[in-house]
Amino acid sequence: MLRWIRQQLGFDPPHQSETRTVYVANRFPQHGHYVPQRFADNRIISSKYTIWNFVPKNLFEQFRRIANFYFLIIFLVQLMIDTPTSPVTSGLPLFFVITVTAIKQGYEDWLRHKADNEVNGAPVFVVRSGSLVQTRSKNIRVGDIVRVAKDETFPADLVLLSSDRSDGTCHITTTSLDGETNLKTHYSVAETSVCQSVSRLEALHPHPHTQAQPLGPENLLLRGARLKNTKEIFGVAVYTGMESKMALNYKCKSQKRSAVEKSMNTFLIIYLGILLFEAVLSTILKYAWQAEDKWDEPFYNHKTEQERNSSPILKFISDFLAFLVLYNFIIPISLYVTVEMQKFLGSFFIGWDLDLYHEESDQKAQVNTSDLNEELGQVEYVFTDKTGTLTENEMQFRECSINGTKYQEINGKLVPEGLTDDSPDGSTPHLELLFLKAVSLCHTVQISYDQPDCLAGGGDPFSHANGFSTNDMEYYASSPDEKALVEATKRYGSVRASKTMSLYLQDPCKGLRTLVVACRHFSPEEYIDVDRCLNAARTALQQREERLQEAFSYIERDLQLLGATGVEDKLQDKVQETIEALRLAGIKVWVLTGDKHETAVSVSLSCGHFHRTMNILELLQQRSDNECAEQLRRLGLLRTSIEHSFSYETEDHVIQHGLVVDGASLSLALREHEKLFMEVCKNCSAVLCCRMAPLQKAKVVRLLKTSPEKPITLAIGDGANDVSMIQEAHVGIGIMGKEGRQAVRNSDYAIARFKFLAKLLLVHGHFYYIRIATLVQYFFYKNVCFITPQFLYQFFCLFSQQTLYDSVYLTLYNICFTSLPILVYSLFEQLVHPHVLQNKPVLYRDISRNSLLSFRTFLYWTLLGFCHAFVFFFGSYVLMGEDTTLMGNGQMFGNWTFGTLVFTVMVITVTLKLALETHFWTWMNHFVTWGSIAFYFIFSLFYGGIIWPFLHTQDMYFVFVQLLSSGSAWFAIIIIVVTCLFPDVVKKVFYRHLQPTSTQKSQVTGTGGQGGFKEKWTGRICDQIGRGAEMGRNRSPQKALKENF
Amino acid sequence: MKEQQETANRPDNTAFTQQRLPAWQPMLSAGIVIPGFVIIGLAFIGIGIALFVTSQNIQVLERDYTGVENNSPCFKCSDPSTKNCVCKLDFSLDKLFEGPVFFYYGLSNYFQNYRKYGVSRDDRQLSGRLDNFQSPDEGCVPYQYDANNKPIVPCGSVANSLFNDTFKLYQIVNGARKLVPFDGKGIAWWTDHNVKYRNPSITPLKNAFNGTVKPTFWSKPAYELDPSDPANNGFVNQDFLVWMRRAALPDFRKLYRRITEGDYKNGLPAGNYSLEIAYNYPVLDFDGRKKVVFSNVSWMGGKNQFLGIAYLVIGSLCVVMSIVMLIVYAKFKFPDEE
Repeated sequence: MLRWIRQQLGFDPPHQSETRTVYVANRFPQHGHYVPQRFADNRIISSKYTIWNFVPKNLFEQFRRIANFYFLIIFLVQLMIDTPTSPVTSGLPLFFVITVTAIKQGYEDWLRHKADNEVNGAPVFVVRSGSLVQTRSKNIRVGDIVRVAKDETFPADLVLLSSDRSDGTCHITTTSLDGETNLKTHYSVAETSVCQSVSRLEALHPHPHTQAQPLGPENLLLRGARLKNTKEIFGVAVYTGMESKMALNYKCKSQKRSAVEKSMNTFLIIYLGILLFEAVLSTILKYAWQAEDKWDEPFYNHKTEQERNSSPILKFISDFLAFLVLYNFIIPISLYVTVEMQKFLGSFFIGWDLDLYHEESDQKAQVNTSDLNEELGQVEYVFTDKTGTLTENEMQFRECSINGTKYQEINGKLVPEGLTDDSPDGSTPHLELLFLKAVSLCHTVQISYDQPDCLAGGGDPFSHANGFSTNDMEYYASSPDEKALVEATKRYGSVRASKTMSLYLQDPCKGLRTLVVACRHFSPEEYIDVDRCLNAARTALQQREERLQEAFSYIERDLQLLGATGVEDKLQDKVQETIEALRLAGIKVWVLTGDKHETAVSVSLSCGHFHRTMNILELLQQRSDNECAEQLRRLGLLRTSIEHSFSYETEDHVIQHGLVVDGASLSLALREHEKLFMEVCKNCSAVLCCRMAPLQKAKVVRLLKTSPEKPITLAIGDGANDVSMIQEAHVGIGIMGKEGRQAVRNSDYAIARFKFLAKLLLVHGHFYYIRIATLVQYFFYKNVCFITPQFLYQFFCLFSQQTLYDSVYLTLYNICFTSLPILVYSLFEQLVHPHVLQNKPVLYRDISRNSLLSFRTFLYWTLLGFCHAFVFFFGSYVLMGEDTTLMGNGQMFGNWTFGTLVFTVMVITVTLKLALETHFWTWMNHFVTWGSIAFYFIFSLFYGGIIWPFLHTQDMYFVFVQLLSSGSAWFAIIIIVVTCLFPDVVKKVFYRHLQPTSTQKSQVTGTGGQGGFKEKWTGRICDQIGRGAEMGRNRSPQKALKENF
Repeated sequence: MKEQQETANRPDNTAFTQQRLPAWQPMLSAGIVIPGFVIIGLAFIGIGIALFVTSQNIQVLERDYTGVENNSPCFKCSDPSTKNCVCKLDFSLDKLFEGPVFFYYGLSNYFQNYRKYGVSRDDRQLSGRLDNFQSPDEGCVPYQYDANNKPIVPCGSVANSLFNDTFKLYQIVNGARKLVPFDGKGIAWWTDHNVKYRNPSITPLKNAFNGTVKPTFWSKPAYELDPSDPANNGFVNQDFLVWMRRAALPDFRKLYRRITEGDYKNGLPAGNYSLEIAYNYPVLDFDGRKKVVFSNVSWMGGKNQFLGIAYLVIGSLCVVMSIVMLIVYAKFKFPDEE
């Protein structure tokens, strides 16, 4: 029972066992000592909470956040000791914050529950007591025999027992698991391919004494994969629910934190320091003051017996805590809520953006993590995959070379170079036939038919395919090249079956993806030998990989060259413009690709990543450490010498460097000479890494990320092989491409095309960064303004912890009076028109390296807050002067009126300060800005206009009306507000005119002669791009490269 | 239908979703700020002059009567052991002190804003709730119950420390003393007098206080504060109300009386005056000071030069800055598009 409760509360992980014995159809042995193993049921639980544990678990998680915990402590202190403010003042906001967060998390969890229920309640067919029974997915137990029909997904990890195909195979696609789109063939266990008998299966850990056939991955159908091309299969469930491979792969994505959040936490700690300092100072001063009896206890203010008798140390501590409570509002509680709301609501704009919507594929941008919005404005390095990211990943067969003759595809026919389409092309020579045979046979392509009826019989799918009209066939291949080739051969006519051949990648030229085709003839004896050898390797239980490798290298000898094929992958739309824009924005673009050096360079040139004026450095084919280091040093020198020789030229002619490095050299460079390598890299505006393994991509990203300058990195890719780098980078972007959803699912943002990256970074990133940076700074500013007068007041009230403002004002300041303007600002602010931002990427540099949250800016805002607070407080103080009356009827104000005066001035100033920062006044900004001030006045009139029966004291009764009935107070409010804002306005004007940032310059041009300005800029960019494209097309890449040296 | 399908995910093309809401985009450039500053500056200078002049016209007469110095008329009273001490403060006016004249008493170094002092009151009791007469609020400690465990009404430190010096002003006319009539009405906030503080609705008022004791510092119970006017007793006594509204700062004044009646309607004529002070309130043990202040008021209150000066300073700063900006603007112009 206890264990059940603990499991329900999520403390205990479900039990796990070393090996599992599965009894098919759950027919347990009748004899012998048999201990049934307990397995998890087939429920998938992605939700975090249940109804029962939601409240405690959610509260526990929320209070693990340092800020919430801090406020809880303050609240508890207020409950325990006699403090100046009632516990409600901090309890209410805390309650509000916790509730809002809990509602949000509860809602998200409810969605997860709904999704879980959908999955768990999906109908499945299970064999129970000899017949097929329909049940829900969650009822599947380990050992159940499950029937899966065509196009259904597998409800659990199954071992394939039988399929309706005669050879007991089935085809599946694992797109939703790993993003691979090809069809995979899986085999049923030999003994059971037809019948269902009681047999014992041991999965993964075969028992040494049984004679069961070892099961391999080709027998296992993973949950989440989809059955294709096969009418139905039977399988026995071996891993269910949370123990299935898919569920085990649910990695908790490590939480990425943005740079803004990190600075925010630093600021919080500084403020905590200020808070502690103020509290300690106040406590010490209090006791210094009270050293004399006449101050400590004048006749009008006698102490209680209890106060007199309590120990000094206790008194000291309780005074310290009381001051802590009094000043605790300096840590803005609503900051977290506002930031979260801003991120959540703000991220909608990305999905809503029509410019990020791809018409052809009907895909809009997708936000998976709204936490990183502002990081989009901080990117310094972009790591991009090539295939599918820069290119369309749409392979088109272009040409092939057979036995030295070049063939091109013209009007669906293969024509030797130099000949025209209609020239007679009677018999195809032997070699060409062989070539076509090889290409059309040796592949992993599987065909999916539209009509399921045509599926009778298995065998070679391709020979069958010829019988059908070619249009209803869909090809699935593990490599896009293969798919393109098969599609091409299909167009050239059919071929017949032959023996095993192998096909592998070889050197490219001309930027086409090239495959070399070769063959080897086997005699039947040889073939049997080879086949056995391969089979042995495939079913080996240990070192399967290595043995397969050995077998392959044994087979792939003495090959006869047949020819080569060339496949082209088209560049995506506007890749050059995008890369150019990123470069202008100061972002360094690294292309990481698995391609060969020459291919990669040629693509790089054609997509504008490298261009003609660039000085290309190479770090290729380094064999040893020393060689590599030597080369690196040479590159460094070369770079500086070139720069030196050009340094006398005009400034705008800066030599740009590009670096080409291959995977092997890179790993050498990274192993020993990281610093040297980084030194070279940092000075290159474009880097191309070719021959990269997927894990190396992540390594490069990590290297840059952890380099001393800690630049913000962004990785963009479309395939499963980019996932590691997407997860590693600060911001991971997935391209919704052809290679499945894996990258998209693991990304923080997903877009349909590479070109959208420009708007995402230059416009959205810029906006989000400015918005959140101002939001954070402003929050600290307004809380300094809020609490400092309270601190100053202590000097005038014997450090007795008298609050300056009423409790209700203390509570509502951050929640009501000043919350909405900054929220609306942080959602809608546009410093510059989006078109200007997009057309003038240089503006992105204005906000680079977290400049708006630099320590200097932080200091400015904090000091500003202190200055304003001083002006509020001492302005009001001097106004009161020797306490002359401020009213025409000679009556006097009291302490609450004084506090309310300061508070009124503060609300107005703080709101107007934000108004000064706002550049983009929509009706909503107007509404909340003026509305907030109006609301403050209306609320105060209402609050002060009623005797509140449930309130303990009626301190504020008519105080606000009395304040407003004084002409002097009105004049004072105006002059104090103006005094606060005056220096700020002057400063802004002077900075704008004497040291304008480029953003400010473009504000003028952006609103002034907008049309003309835009044309000019786009015109210039097009010009450059035109040149780049021309170069890419008309010159062979080698030539271009040579010219560069 | 099919077309709709194809673009099912297409975002809405509205001004809101595309962040194209019509917006006013003001810029703080010199072109706007300079004229703005000039206008604001001139307006402020105008207001400043008006405020300053208004303030200058207000007459104030202030006299300390603590009696610290030997030659002070109240020196004899400053000794805490003397009881019922009366001292006279003489002063003369050489011109008419225009009316209506407001008469304040002032205390220095007196911390009415001390937190524990401030919360030591029972607003429910003061609003006339009889339950709280018998059991005053916890917050009133140490003035909740007296030594005999009888409830104190009004309870708490603030009420207990009620200022109890009284003043009488005489004009010396031909050697004879002529009493200047004081008006004690309307010195407290109207809402305090009529809404916030209420006496229990028991007549006579005295009966409501059965079973309670007066604050220890008081010489008379609450229902006998003003023997001359029965309506001015209990919690709605004007002097009590004035005292109960705590001052914000340690040096404060409180309105005592107005001079609005009889021969003194238009103010205090030039001549010699004598202020008779019943000196009761001890302030010397905490280095306090007591003073009296005569002042007349304008629409903006008492004499307050701060506002006028502040407006003049900020106004001139605005004008000066706009001139400086103009020079900068003319010199550096705006560094246009590169």
